[in-house]
Formats: sequence, structure tokens, C-alpha cells
Amino acid sequence: MTAEPDVTSRGQLVLRRFLRRRLAMLGFTIVLVLFAIAYLSPLFVAWQYDELDASAFLSPPTGEHWFGTTQNGFDMFALTMRGMQKSLVVGLVGAVLSTALAAIAGAFAGYFGRILNAAISAVMDLLLVLPGFLIVAILSPLFQGRTWLFFVLLLAAFQWMITARIVRGMTLSLKEREFVQAARFMGVPGWKIIFRHILPNMASLLIIDATVNVSSLILAEVGLSFFGFGIQPPDVSLGTLIGNYSNAALTFWWQFYLPAGFLVLLVLAVNLVGDGLRDAFDPNAPSRVT
Amino acid sequence: MTQNASGGGSSPESTAGGGAGSALQGGDALLQVRGLRMHYPVRGGVLGGRIGSIRAVDGVSFSLRKGETLGLVGESGCGKSTLARALTRLETPTAGRVLFEGKDIASASGAELFRLRREIQMIFQDPYSSLNPRMTVGEIIREPLAVHRLGTKEEQLGKVRDLLETVGLGADMVGRYPHEFSGGQRQRIGVARALALDPKLVIADEPVSALDVSVQSQVLNLMVRLQRERGLTYVFITHDLSVVEHVSDTVAIMYLGRIVEQGPVDQIFRSPAHPYTRALLEAIPVPDPRQRKDEAPVKGETPSPVSPPPGCPFHPRCHHAIAECRSTVPELEVMETSGADPAHAHTAACIRRHEI
Repeated sequence: MTAEPDVTSRGQLVLRRFLRRRLAMLGFTIVLVLFAIAYLSPLFVAWQYDELDASAFLSPPTGEHWFGTTQNGFDMFALTMRGMQKSLVVGLVGAVLSTALAAIAGAFAGYFGRILNAAISAVMDLLLVLPGFLIVAILSPLFQGRTWLFFVLLLAAFQWMITARIVRGMTLSLKEREFVQAARFMGVPGWKIIFRHILPNMASLLIIDATVNVSSLILAEVGLSFFGFGIQPPDVSLGTLIGNYSNAALTFWWQFYLPAGFLVLLVLAVNLVGDGLRDAFDPNAPSRVT
Repeated sequence: MTQNASGGGSSPESTAGGGAGSALQGGDALLQVRGLRMHYPVRGGVLGGRIGSIRAVDGVSFSLRKGETLGLVGESGCGKSTLARALTRLETPTAGRVLFEGKDIASASGAELFRLRREIQMIFQDPYSSLNPRMTVGEIIREPLAVHRLGTKEEQLGKVRDLLETVGLGADMVGRYPHEFSGGQRQRIGVARALALDPKLVIADEPVSALDVSVQSQVLNLMVRLQRERGLTYVFITHDLSVVEHVSDTVAIMYLGRIVEQGPVDQIFRSPAHPYTRALLEAIPVPDPRQRKDEAPVKGETPSPVSPPPGCPFHPRCHHAIAECRSTVPELEVMETSGADPAHAHTAACIRRHEI
């Protein structure tokens, strides 16, 4: 991601507009709170996600086990928090990776044109028509036992194409702007022009895209983990929890509805932030959420 | 433009001595352009092959002395800006040579081109598009210095402040962003950036046409002052003849990728030879309703540069065209009104230049 280089009145204006959006602020607060409890609560609670309570199997929520326990005596609250940690990290890292990839691939394709453009466009089109979900599902067992970073990389690899196309289009138009011509003229090398002159001028697009990507990557992770292709035991994510306990939804409901509820809350909150950011960057854009 | 009626008198007549018979390629020419062509392929057909070419610039030659200003005039689409891009190697010309102090820009590459870029700078047309909105004024003006690694960072920052003072903006503006400035101020920033490398030649592509008339003269006067102080040479591209009259020493009129008339500014304005030049001059509004125009306005549109008309490119729109104009491509020929100085010769590309 390109960092916002300026603390200008424009940046302040965007910030002020963002702060004024109640729903966006609500979403932002929820994300922060979820982040905080996901990472901080294990420090304070009695049960960790990998600890068994041999005295409480399938216990409904109680004072000791806030979210109840599983059939094996695992504490559901600890599992949910652990799962949320994973989902948040996968979403954030994946979003940053895929947006960065989109920015670089799109900008290089648009700026250098010709062969590079043709090559990158071909890759983009190919990846767009390939069923990404299936391919990740097929490939992910290869990485089993290794770090979850491979899994994130794989997810990001199927997420960047559409943004890259937008970036490519914007690069084509920015390339003709006179300040880019001026930089070329000074003898600034192409890659430097991309990072200094082109990408900063689509920072708003990239920030919004990264935010929206967070929620879609969380959902993708959950989807894959639900089917058992994503995060592998002993690690847990919201997806593995929902997958494992989906058949308990009608009987021992706490095992299913609590992680699922957190997932819905998290994705909703991230989407509210994304919408708010888009409105803040571009007040004229048609807004879905007011 | 403003009251400065005395045409090209605003810039120094530098080395232009009497006509000591020195050849056109005299050693004092800073820039010589020889037969410059810029053709773009037109692709089409089933196989996407080349089915023609747009002749944006089609055989342009001129030379320019140090400290002088060449005004390059023509209507939109005549190839002025393409010529500027070819001169500065933003695009590589199809053919021809651009000699800057004897070195060929058109074929230079790599390190040599990079060095040449220090000597030649450009002022752009649209001050709203020529400054990166995400960079401060200081960063914008310092960028060329940083790219060419001239001096330490402190020296560069000092230079940026000096330049801002030179162009009439305060040195305390370094931390501001372009959107905080007006069009005229932005163009001053553009001028400061162009001067950062102490170039010898500045190519100004319609530098004032995007500005309010009241601001235009300020920027023009700034450019003229800088030329005097720093001995700059300008190629001044514009479609505004009054601007040309104000700043230029010599004028070249372009039509459909070719120069149709060229000469010292006072001769072109006093006794234009080419029908197209006349039409352009006639088009300048005169604030006197009783003064009749003696030349009928040019009819029709500029022909497509993909298939320029045979013979003289201007003949389909010319009131003086004869049969021969349809077949003969006129070359630039010296007029007898021309002075003795060959570098300032008055030339026109019209076979009837003496009759009409």
C-alpha cells in the first residue's frame, strides 16, 4: 500500500468527513473493539483455546464458560477469540497483499504498455476465469502443516485482478497528465514515476479497495475453512468453528451461533468502514449507506 | 497581449550582428532541427497491420540562436505539440535530426540523453495538470535536482527557495500543495521547476493559454525577464499571435505538420507572404468596426494528417490556389524582403509568394 504522504487540508477534510459518518464510525469502533478483545481477552480469561475442561462437556453458556463449551470440553469463548484473531490477520494481511499486488501489476501494465501490458493482462484474464475458490481448495493441502501465510498468499493471488484492471485504467489516464510527462522529461526512471507520481494519486482508490478486500478475504477464508481447506487444526478460525459446529446449530446452538454472530458483526463493521471511507474520499459518489 | 507594442523588442537581440554571410548552420545556433518527421502508424484491417500513418510532423527544419525566442504558431492539430515532444525526446522522432549544440537529441540514448535533458527543459500548458497534487511545491521544484543528483539536500533546498523568490512567490511557500495556488501562481511554479537545472533551452508548450488574460501578461513578462537575466533560449509554442508578437524574435507558422512560413517577427507581421499566415493575421480581432478585412476568411476544415492533400497542403482552403498548387509541394524559399542575415531569413512555402 502506498502511504498517504500528506497531512494536508485534503487529508484533514477526508478525515473530518469520515468522522462525521455515524455508521462508518460505528463500524470503525466495532472493528477496534473486536480487535482488542480478540487479542487481549486471552490474557485475562481463565481458559485458553487449547485447554480442556474435563468437568464441562457441551455446557451451555455459564459464568465460567461465557460461550459454553464443546463436546470435548473446549471453552467456546476462547475458541471464538482465537478464531477471530486468525480471521482478522488473514483478512488484513491478505487485503494489503492483494491491493499491493493489484497496484503494482496494474500500474506497471498501464505505464509500460506493450509486452508487459499484454503479459499482465493475460495473467489477469486467466485468473479471472479460473475458479479461484476451487484452485485454492485444491492447492491448500499442499501447504498443510506449513505456515498459514501460504494460505493468505494463495487467497490474495486470486483477489487482485479486478482492482488491477481499475489501476491499469487509471494509470493510462494519469500517464498522460503533464506532471507525469514532466517527470519523464526530467529523466525520472519509470518505476520511480509509478511510485512517486502515479500510485499516490490513486491512494484513495487503494485505501478503499484494501478495506473492502478485508471483508471479502475474511469471507473467502471462512468459506474455505468451512469446507476444511483453509486454516488447519489444531489452529482455528471463525471458518473452522462454523464448519465444525454447523450441525449443532439446532441443538447445542452456542457452538454455532456465537462464532457465526461474530463473523457477521466483523464483516458488517469492516464494510461500514469501507463505505464510509469511499464517501469520505469522494463525496459525490452515490452512497449506498447514509 | 498588453501594451508592449514593440514586438520582439522585449528580448535582447543578442548576437545578431549584421549579415556577415555566415551560413545558416552558423556556429552560434543553439538548436538546429533538420527534416524532423514524426509519423504515427494507423493500424487496421484483419491482421492489424499498418494501413497508413498520421504525419503529425512532416519534415520540419529550423534553427535557433542562443538567447532568442522562436514562436511556433499554428491551429490545433497542426503538430506543434508533437514537435515539442519530438524536440524533447518525450517521443522518438521517425526521422530527422535535432542538434543541440551539435549533439543529436533525436538519436541520443541512455546517459547522453540524460545529460542533454539537463540542458533542455519544458514548461507545460495546463498548470492544473502539470504539478503532482500529492507533492509539495518544494518537492516538485526539487525533483529535477534530486533526479540529476545536483548538490546536497541542503543545497537543493536552498536553490528551491531562491527559485521561488525568482519567480515571484515567497520562499515560505515550499511546504504548500499545488491546490493552494491560483493558475498563474501554479504556472510560476512550473517555470521554477523548468529553471531548476539551469537549462539553456526552454520549450514552452502553450504556457499561458490556460490562464486568464490578466495573468497571461504577468507570466509572459516573467518569462521575458528570466530570458534576459539568464540568457535563456525559448521555443514558444502557441496559437495566440499576440503572444508571439510580444515574446518572439522569429516566428514559424505551422500547417499540417509543416512550416509554411518563417522569419523575423516584424517581417511576418508586417508583410506576411503565405496565404495561411495572412489568414491567421486577419483573424486577430481589431477593435475598430470601420476597418474592413481585405482577405476572405479561410474556408473549410484542416485536412486529415493521415491523407494530406497532394501538392501544397493548404491548397484546398486557399483562395489563391492555382492548378500547379495541386501538384507541386512548395519548399521554403527565401523572400526578397528578407534581410541580409541568413539566420533571420524570411522564408515562405508558397509558389505564388511573390504574386499575392
